[in-house]
Amino acid sequence: MVFLDITATIEGRNTMLNVVSKTAEQVFIPLTVGGGIRTLDDIRELLKSGADKVSINTAAVKDPSLVWEAAEKFGSQCIVVAVDGKYVSPGKWEVYINSGRTPTGIQVLDWVKEVEKAGAGEILLTSIDADGTQKGYDIELTRLVSQKVSIPVIASGGAGEPLHFYQVLTEGKADAALAASLFHYGILTIPNLKKYLQEKGVEVRV
Amino acid sequence: MVVIVDYGMGNLRSVAKAVEKCGGSVAISNNPLHIEQAGRLILPGVGAFGKAMENLGKLKLVEPLKKKIEEGTPFLGICLGLQLLFEWSEEGNVAGLSIIPGKVKKFLPTPGLKIPHMGWNNIKLTPPGERQDSPLTAKIFREIPDNSYFYFVHSYYVEPDEEKIISSTTPYGIDFTSSITYKNMFACQFHPEKSSKIGLKLIQNFLGLP
Repeated sequence: MVFLDITATIEGRNTMLNVVSKTAEQVFIPLTVGGGIRTLDDIRELLKSGADKVSINTAAVKDPSLVWEAAEKFGSQCIVVAVDGKYVSPGKWEVYINSGRTPTGIQVLDWVKEVEKAGAGEILLTSIDADGTQKGYDIELTRLVSQKVSIPVIASGGAGEPLHFYQVLTEGKADAALAASLFHYGILTIPNLKKYLQEKGVEVRV
Repeated sequence: MVVIVDYGMGNLRSVAKAVEKCGGSVAISNNPLHIEQAGRLILPGVGAFGKAMENLGKLKLVEPLKKKIEEGTPFLGICLGLQLLFEWSEEGNVAGLSIIPGKVKKFLPTPGLKIPHMGWNNIKLTPPGERQDSPLTAKIFREIPDNSYFYFVHSYYVEPDEEKIISSTTPYGIDFTSSITYKNMFACQFHPEKSSKIGLKLIQNFLGLP
């Protein structure tokens, strides 16, 4: 489960510790929390509140040493770096920060390698172009990132139907696929999706 | 009372919440006296082996823990709490609690397999004929089907000297030991507190041990 306060940074808000701790009391699966994380103290507080992993995005770009220090201090397994990429030209995507509003001039394929070296345990990769379209994940971006790094890559943005999950987990070589609104609005249910993927031969926990 | 040993490593609160969800009463403590009085012991832990041993030593918890385990108190070790029971770890080349003969090894880099081993994976229960005839194993895995999925996060795995104490294995390049049963102890590499319903079932089974 991933809990992101996606406008925390631009609205200058810290992640809501209270919501995290209430969630952790009821949810017995791994919980990743992100949004507005700036310092090692922010991370420590979130882990103490019951998060298993934290997801860092803008702060990692502004100060890459945060990833290194956090991995060193809390272990790579709990440091997820979220990367928002926007298509530039064939084979090129640019990293955006501040909820996908600010371009950085950094190439996604360079950045993921750097965060892996810094000790990130996972990459949460969102395609800004695909996000919200429900027309499918960015398969090519996901595949290139997955092949570039040897840490798990979670694909995000664009899921609209079960086939999209299948595509990103096979062709896209993603280790996991994230979706939010599809489930929130009840367009898809998790058990049905898992059943579909299992029938297609994808290994899932049912 | 279930005492969760607090030695400064990992997410004790998730473990405590899971035990409470299963109806157990919990104390999180690093006080040797509390450990002495515990009805059940849980040794959780995420993090580095060497640091964990150092903390256990500083807090003077090594002897009380060993004594309590020897007395036959039901014991659950999770993740690092499994690894610490062994004699030695490759991680930092450090001696462990040495309660169980064997060692802790790192996964060898294998193409296509990511380290840490992180995520959901299934456990293959050792058939009763191939394991030590321990009533504990059957009780711990009561109503947990073979090949159930549990949540893992680790780079090291245990290699017991006696294969008979292995109660489940999990495929990750090799079939590594994902849980052991030894006397009154059950210890697992996976995280039952993060393994949804099936994990809570295992914790419930632990709480139901006589």
